[in-house]
Amino acid sequence: MKKVICMGLALAMAFSMVACGGSSSSAASSEASDASSSTAAEGAVKIGGTGPLTGGAAIYGNAAKRGAEIAVEEINALGGLQFDLKYEDDTHDAEKAVNAYNTLKDWGMQVFLGSVTSTPCVATSAESNGDHIFLLTPSASSTDVLGGVANPLTGTIDVPRKDNAFQMCFMDPNQGTASAQYISEKNLGTKIAIIYKNDDVYSTGIYNSFMNKAQELGLDVVSTTTFTSDSQTDFSVQINDAKNSGADLLFLPMYYDAASLILTQANNIGYAPKFFGVDGMDGILTLAGFDKSLAEGVILLTPFNTDAQDEKTKSFVSKYNEKYGEAPNQFAADAYDCVYAIYQALTESGVASDASASDMCDALIAQFTSPNFVFDGLTGEGMTWSESGEVTKSPKGMVIENGAYVGMD
Amino acid sequence: MRSLRTNKTLRTNVITYAVVVAAFVLFQCLGSAGVLSSTMKGQLVPICAYVLMALSLNLTVGILGELSLGHAGFMSVGAFAGAVTASAMQDSVPSSALRLTVAVLVGAVLAAIVGVLIGIPVLRLNGDYLAIVTLAFGEIIKSIVNNLYIGMDANGLHASFLNNTIVLGEGGRMILSGPMGVPGIKKTATFAAGFILILIALFVIFNLVNSRAGRAIMALRDNRIAAESVGINVTKYKLMAFVISAAIAGAGGALYGQAQNAIIATKFDFNTSILILVFVVLGGMGNMLGSILAAALLTVLPELLRSLNDYRMLIYAIVLILMMLFNSAPAMIQWREQMTEKLRKTFGEERKEG
Amino acid sequence: MLTFLNHLINGISLGSVYAIIALGYTMVYGIAKMLNFAHGDIIMVGAYICFFAVSTFGLPPIVGVLLAMVVCTVLGMVIERLAYKPLRSAPSLAVLITAIGVSYFLQNAAQLLWTSNPKIFPSFLVVTQQNADGTQTVKSGIQFAGGQLSVSYATLITIAVCVVIMLVLTWFTEHTKMGQAIQACSEDKGAAQLMGINVNTTISLTFAIGSALAAIAGVLLCSAYPTLVPTTGSMPGIKAFTAAVFGGIGSIPGALLGGILLGVIEIFAKAYISTQLSDAIVFAVLIVVLLVRPTGLLGKQIREKV
Repeated sequence: MKKVICMGLALAMAFSMVACGGSSSSAASSEASDASSSTAAEGAVKIGGTGPLTGGAAIYGNAAKRGAEIAVEEINALGGLQFDLKYEDDTHDAEKAVNAYNTLKDWGMQVFLGSVTSTPCVATSAESNGDHIFLLTPSASSTDVLGGVANPLTGTIDVPRKDNAFQMCFMDPNQGTASAQYISEKNLGTKIAIIYKNDDVYSTGIYNSFMNKAQELGLDVVSTTTFTSDSQTDFSVQINDAKNSGADLLFLPMYYDAASLILTQANNIGYAPKFFGVDGMDGILTLAGFDKSLAEGVILLTPFNTDAQDEKTKSFVSKYNEKYGEAPNQFAADAYDCVYAIYQALTESGVASDASASDMCDALIAQFTSPNFVFDGLTGEGMTWSESGEVTKSPKGMVIENGAYVGMD
Repeated sequence: MRSLRTNKTLRTNVITYAVVVAAFVLFQCLGSAGVLSSTMKGQLVPICAYVLMALSLNLTVGILGELSLGHAGFMSVGAFAGAVTASAMQDSVPSSALRLTVAVLVGAVLAAIVGVLIGIPVLRLNGDYLAIVTLAFGEIIKSIVNNLYIGMDANGLHASFLNNTIVLGEGGRMILSGPMGVPGIKKTATFAAGFILILIALFVIFNLVNSRAGRAIMALRDNRIAAESVGINVTKYKLMAFVISAAIAGAGGALYGQAQNAIIATKFDFNTSILILVFVVLGGMGNMLGSILAAALLTVLPELLRSLNDYRMLIYAIVLILMMLFNSAPAMIQWREQMTEKLRKTFGEERKEG
Repeated sequence: MLTFLNHLINGISLGSVYAIIALGYTMVYGIAKMLNFAHGDIIMVGAYICFFAVSTFGLPPIVGVLLAMVVCTVLGMVIERLAYKPLRSAPSLAVLITAIGVSYFLQNAAQLLWTSNPKIFPSFLVVTQQNADGTQTVKSGIQFAGGQLSVSYATLITIAVCVVIMLVLTWFTEHTKMGQAIQACSEDKGAAQLMGINVNTTISLTFAIGSALAAIAGVLLCSAYPTLVPTTGSMPGIKAFTAAVFGGIGSIPGALLGGILLGVIEIFAKAYISTQLSDAIVFAVLIVVLLVRPTGLLGKQIREKV
């Protein structure tokens, strides 16, 4: 009995190993067939990315993938430099992300769009740094993705700078600092309450730097409470704590799925402070079935606005809607910008499209850190990058009025 | 040779060792010949770590006969203890093999200590109640690690809990930052190290099973009251198996952590515990070779299914259900036995004719 | 005092949701002796069916709930037939792993069918008041103590439904022929078979009832906490499993008690100790209770036979 099971498993094992081992040799042939079958012409630059396409965080990964796909389609239609895009699933897990990255490497990836979420991207940025493949992540905003950034609490540098890694999004501490500054400058609240997700890199990162800046600016933080992904249903204690301590502004550094529950539950007990969110709050208006009146007056920092009236945004939003039947969020816009930024950098640097990943990495690093490289995208005008890998764009304060964003400045 | 044929246990053990050694030699050769894909190469060490986890849990579930739903907790203890140890030695110890050895030892010892602490209350319970308490301990460990901060400077290690109140001197750095986990691990784990650890784990388990203590443990599994009545010390032997299992899991966790660039507390959650349990049940309870093969197969499978894109995890789920039915459904077992019988007859006759 | 009452009410609200899921868990466990880890995902399917019936097709909520119950019952029976029945006489762990496979399957199928974008479940457990000036106010709950305390209709209905289900299930198992067959199977399958009870049919029936309960639980879960995603059922599922064990798994009143206590402990841990450690505290309390009462609060003390 046992023997049969073992035999069966061993056979399956042997088969899979052979399939796996052989994939490197078959990669070459499949590459060829891919290139001929897809619309991408011969000599297209291979761009890869990983993101959660399945599982609890799938919404972010799929949005980024779709945004990047639209950009690649547009660029390929221009007829100049051609791109070939491939996204692999990492299920929001660092180990799986490294597997996905290795799969992309076997495919022959030349430029890497990093991972969509922070923890996987910390792992893939270390891997790609070892392989010297250029990385521009749309949305992994943790400091550890880039490395070389001082820890806001201890002032120490815990992860050395990974010179190949760049970000399209704001870095977490910048958002925390900017939020505190915004609240203080515009006098948005006198007593501040915070709810953050303390098993999440993004949320904790913003919280830490917010607290730092708030102390410096003398903001009065009266209530700090947390939740985890295991207790992301009931917020009554956190909301009551904020209410009872008389907070008139509630800071919510988190994604909009949790924030929508907080808005609903606060409304149920008749608590109506000013709500202040960060870029993760973007998307709350696109939630199917969400009562938009609950989000009325919510302030958020976001680089992207689906209702913006410029040509670029309008065209992107309508294309996305047409193709996927929903409005794009900031992940999609960031990924779209990433592809265009890489396109612009490659064109300007004049590097050959069949250059090795390592040569391309050198050329792209030189281009991105050059003072002449300025990029205009959906998520900001006149963006530049420094040696540290950070993007310079200032978070824009938006307030939700009549179910749409309105600029605060 | 005769002893091999007559002693079934010994034969199974030898086959298990042989398969592990053969797999190692095969992949080393493939690796040095340069035919292994990056995907496969990247997975070799994590597979070893999962194999260790499966062996460890098989000791608890298959040999001791108690269901544990919190084994990822021990893995977590091992992974973080190992990562902190290795990271603390980063500047003073240049040899990565030595760092790995110390990391694995610290991981195993710490996990064993946690195993004693958990085992004493837990092993008084039975069945599903024991399972839920191990689940609870797994969640508690996750929560504790998620709120733990460890930093290092010239004065040594500093730790704080819940809030990061650590003040570090010049040149210091944070190693473990609560929810951010350990973000900057310098990988030290190698396939050879994983292979050696698996051999050690197998050696420990086989020796335990074939010892007086092992027979006492299995007697407890099969009939606790009968075993107790012949004077077997229930707590002692249960705890012994549980703690050895925890230590192996700790070593597996340390190996896993040293094969990753970054680890976070939430990785070692209920789902990971369940995944390890799937390895054990699919491979057959008490069957070490089965655990090894199942762990390797189920770790590689999602990667093999990548070409299915969106349907990948759906097909994975279906394959898992089918494999369970094929392995465990009484009707399938009967059918398989008939088929083997038929095959044996045909081949036997052919041989005669030949 | 008011704050305490407020936390207590919130704890009971959360607990009632755990309780209603735990009822389904305990029901299936009591008879099939199997931890159906896919229960949480059937809940999710039920919630989605109801969501689409009400939001997309504009059906009245009650029709949505009935539709969800029908779909979940059929789904539960199909799953039972294909994945669990072939393993009836196999070790219980084998079925547990198959259930986990089913859980993965349902989550991924839901993601492919309905995407991972969160859906906000419609709040139909509200009362619309016609004001004197012609405007309407939507009330989601009753307020008392001068508006300082409030109980949502969703909570009241969840508790009422829990109690009704508990009474109906108890009556059903005690007083109907089918129910007695179920009890007999749970006591001793072999003996039940000898008495002419069709054990297979009885177990299938249990799954059907459990799945119908899951549909109701799904609707109530999402009425209280309206963000609906393909993984909606998994965490409440584990918490409810914990609650069922807490109350004594297999005991129907135990599930209700365990669920409500778990909710209250969770809220109190957050309110009075630490929101950061609340998960750990809940599980620590569970461990202590199980060490004192090794078969849960209302679980049967099993005397070991020698």
